Formats: sequence, structure tokens, C-alpha cells
Amino acid sequence: MQTDMQTPRVLITGGTSGLGLALVRELRARGASVAFVARTAERVAAVAREHGAHGIVGDVAQKYDIHRIALQASGALGGLDVLVNNASDLGPTPLALLGDTECEDFERALVTNVLGPFRLTKALLGSLAASAREGRGSVVLNISSDAAVNAYGRWGAYGSSKAAVAHMTRIWNEEMASQGVKLLALDPGDMDTPMHALAIPDADRTTLKQPSAAAVEIADAIADLLPARSMTLRRAS
Amino acid sequence: MIAADRPVQRSAYSKLLHVDATGRVRTLPRSCLISLLSPGDVVIANDAATLPASLRGVHVETGAEIEVRLAARASLAAADVLSFHAVVFGAGDHRTRTEDRALPPPLEPGQRLQLGGLTAVIERLLAHPRLIALRFENSAAEIWAGLARHGRPIQYAHMQQALQLWDVWTPIAAQPVAYESPSAGFALDWQLLAAFASKGVVFATLTHAAGISSTGDPDLDRLLPFDEPYRVPPVTQQAIQGASREGRRVVAIGTTVVRALEHSAARFGAVVAGDGIADQRIGAQTRLRVVDAILSGTHEPGTSHYDLLRAFADDSTLRRADQALDEGGFRTHEFGDSVLIFAANARTGRGARSPYTSRFLRAPDVVQEPGRLSPAGRLVGCTC
Repeated sequence: MQTDMQTPRVLITGGTSGLGLALVRELRARGASVAFVARTAERVAAVAREHGAHGIVGDVAQKYDIHRIALQASGALGGLDVLVNNASDLGPTPLALLGDTECEDFERALVTNVLGPFRLTKALLGSLAASAREGRGSVVLNISSDAAVNAYGRWGAYGSSKAAVAHMTRIWNEEMASQGVKLLALDPGDMDTPMHALAIPDADRTTLKQPSAAAVEIADAIADLLPARSMTLRRAS
Repeated sequence: MIAADRPVQRSAYSKLLHVDATGRVRTLPRSCLISLLSPGDVVIANDAATLPASLRGVHVETGAEIEVRLAARASLAAADVLSFHAVVFGAGDHRTRTEDRALPPPLEPGQRLQLGGLTAVIERLLAHPRLIALRFENSAAEIWAGLARHGRPIQYAHMQQALQLWDVWTPIAAQPVAYESPSAGFALDWQLLAAFASKGVVFATLTHAAGISSTGDPDLDRLLPFDEPYRVPPVTQQAIQGASREGRRVVAIGTTVVRALEHSAARFGAVVAGDGIADQRIGAQTRLRVVDAILSGTHEPGTSHYDLLRAFADDSTLRRADQALDEGGFRTHEFGDSVLIFAANARTGRGARSPYTSRFLRAPDVVQEPGRLSPAGRLVGCTC
């Protein structure tokens, strides 16, 4: 998958369901070269086939998978311009009060939602900075949540991890400004996804946002942070 | 010298041997590197990430255990990963010195090698019984996945523990095209790049498929370095053009950067953006056209890397440098200490520089304010 200057090269984690899958679909439709990561080989192969994306089997919560993911993404795409850290873990399911949350569930949420994005961004920082130096633009988009800001009961593990990743994003964005790498955390809103169903099984799904709508907004946000000549990511208006 | 046997890229106690353009040699903490650079200097690094190029497997014909070390391919293109040149070892692992490793079974064109989930066919034998051209019978996507799952970084007998990918990727590692680490780049970190920016030192990169450094087999090592593809981005061409126009210095981080830049300049008259294949040897007879200084690890006389240093300094200067490395307790190999050699004035005869911009040339060293030193610099107390 070799790409020219105008075609952004994007890696999306958690790319076989929910928002991640919608982003694979949206960014492919806009002409980006897309690689994505997910844990289940069969689902990865199916999504790769259907959308013409480069599928990578891996788990961002596993330390030993991180450089293997970075190697395949940067290797197969010939570099990387955009990283979307989307894969997330809810913590305990069903959701639980903090006092009832098992330490292991809290830890897994932190590893998947904070440490994983930290490690993967760090492993790919060289690729991202190279894109910035070469004028291609360079963006890391971390998926956050309103639970990072508001103290919702029973969202302790997830909310704490999302608050941490949002703050990490702000600091890293300051630190990388001189290198031209932009980092942004975005809250996509409450979406009708498998994760939401896991968190709130009896939610009225008609009130929830479709992941495809959130994917359009996120793709627009990425396009806004890339140089104007990355026209392929912009929607035809 | 002492073998650096732990994969620590940037120790607070790393040393730097500074050889200036007059041949003066002195030992400094590596944290002093920034103070040896002047505003306007252009620092060029190799941003190649390192492949897990060592694949264990089986020679299908005989069932013999082998280790295949990928060593070269024709280009840097992401999809051009089906054909490689490779060095084949027999049974054993990195804990045996490469010099003592068994030969593989006799290799013939058409034979298959099973390497984890990947299958390769020997296409032809090259100039040595261990050296082959192979072709994977997998798709590019399968090859990337197979390398990620089954490949390991090329290992060294002098290391205490097996190296992981994160050990061999420099902080700026980008596209994975190197076979061994462009290890001079271990001296870089994001703090130093920020210090470059605030001092007005220009930082740019190229991508060069750094090949294997040594196989332990003298006949094979005489063939090194293999031809190495490289890519110069347009922004790097512009930075070098600006330096050359205004008489500012170009500092190469590592031998691969020297090889790529000097290849491009020899071919086109000046460094030109785009893809090339470095196939030249650099030594005492080479006239450097672009590079004014090299930051490198320490190298043993007789290696191709040491020969390259002879383009920068004469043999008596390098002998004094070797002596200082020994006496100063410098550590050698990939994770060891560094040398920074400014090309002898006599060698940088590359035509007139415009006088009105020559203020950057050989400017007196600017001493870094203590408050702006990197944390490592404060720790060891920089007496640059």
C-alpha cells in the first residue's frame, strides 16, 4: 500500500466494531490509506477485505504487541501521518461503584485506555514527527468521553482513565508543538455501539448517536489539523 | 575498550570524544553535544526503524535448523518486501559469537526455507556460501505480519539479554527499513531536538536502510557494506542547500547518513531529494562533498565503519583518538559511547563560500546556559 504526498496514512485501534469500524469506513471512503488493529484475527481479516484496509491483529493492552503493531503500520503504509487511539476498556461490566470495583478491572481500564495509547504513540512518534517535518502533517487523536469531565457514579474506572488520557494528550501536544505533531482528545458523544450496550444494556437506542455520524465529525477534525493540500480527507461540499 | 552489554540508549554517564577540525582530541560528557554545535548547523539523522530481521526456521530439504538474517532489498517501498538478500547461519543462537556459528547446510537455488509462518525460496546464491537471494511466497501484508510475529532483532553475543524491538529503535525511528540499528541516533532524544530548535540548530532526516555491520565471517565481512537504498526528503535537500550556500556546517548522525549524503552529492553534484542506492565505500581517499562532521559510535580499526572515519581525520589523529578512547574507559558497540569528529580543515576544500554569510562557519562554540541543559547534563555537571 504505497501512498503519495496527498494521501494521509492512518492507523486506528479497535477498528472492527463501534466507532473504530465507522472510522475505518469513513476514512477509506475519503481516500485515506488505513491500517487498523483489533484482537480477533477473523474479524480483522473480514474488515480488511471489506474496506481495503491493512488489518493488524494485536492488543494495545499487551506491552509486547505495541512495537509489532507500530512495525506493521509504518511498514505496510510506508510511514504514518495520523494515529487514532480508539480502543477502550470499560473497566468492570456491569459498571460498578468504585468501592465494588475489582483492582484488576481498574488496572485493565488504565492499561488499555492510558498506557496502551501512551506506548503506541511513543513507538510511532518517530514516524509522526517524520511526517510533520516533511510537510505531510501529523495528528494523534485520542478518543475521550464526557465521563472524563463529569463525575458519573459507576463510571469510576473508565472515567478516571479517560481523564488521564485527555490530560496526557494536552501535555504531549504542548511538548510536540515545536516538532509539528498535533495531539487532540475528542469526546464523540454517547453512541449506539457494542460498548455502550455493555455499559447500559437497557438504554433507549433511538436516543443514541450513530457511530457513523461521530466518525464524520472525527474525520473532519483530523482534516482540519492536516495541511490544506491533504484534500482527500475533506468531505466534498 | 569496554563492551556496552546493556541496551541503555542514553545513559546519564555516556561519554563523547570530541575531535575538532585541527585534530585536537578531548573527552566530554555526551550531554555536551549541544554545546559543540552552533546556530545554523544542520544536523542530519537517519530515521529508519530497525526490522526484526532475524528469522529462525528450517531448511526444508534437510530439516536442518537455520537462522536467516535479512540483509538487503532493492528499495524502501512498502510493498517491495518479497525479495531480500540474506545471510544464513546454521544451528545455534546469538549466545554463540557469530565467528563460531555453524555454517548452514549446503544451499541450492530452488530450496525452501520455512521461517515461522513464512515460506521463502532460495532464488540464487551470491558471492558466499552463507549469502543468498530469497523470495517469500507470501503477500506483502503476510510478510509484515510474519516479521512482526516471528522476527527478532539481530542479536549480539556481547549483550546480556536478548534485544527487543524497543531496544533497537531510536527515539526518532520511523519507517522500518534498517537491518541493524542506525545506533548513532541513540544519542538523540526529544529533549535534545527541542534544544536544537531553541539554539537555532536545524534538524533534518533521511531514511537509509542501514545494513548488517558484521557477520563474524571475514570473507563475508569483506563484502560489507552491501548496497543500501536511501531516501532524501525535499525538506532535507533544502536544508543542505541552504547550509552549503551560506557556509554552515552539516553534521551527520552516523555512518549511514554520511554514506547517503555523499552518494547523492557524488552522483548529482549536490544532495538531491528522492531515492537512491548507496553502493560506494568511503575511506581515506574519499573527498567529502557535503558532510563536515560525524557523530558515531566507537569503531575498531579494520572495519568499514572505521574506514569511513578516515575520510574525516588522518591516521595519526585517529590513532590519538583510539588512545583516548582506551584511556578514557569508553564503552564500545551499539549501546556504547560516542565520538564527534569534525573533518580536518584540509579535507573540506569544497570551493569558495560566500563571505557575507560565513559567520556561521567554524563559529566559536556557544556555551549553553546552565538553566537550559538537559536533565542529564545537569546530573553529570557539564564542563564542556
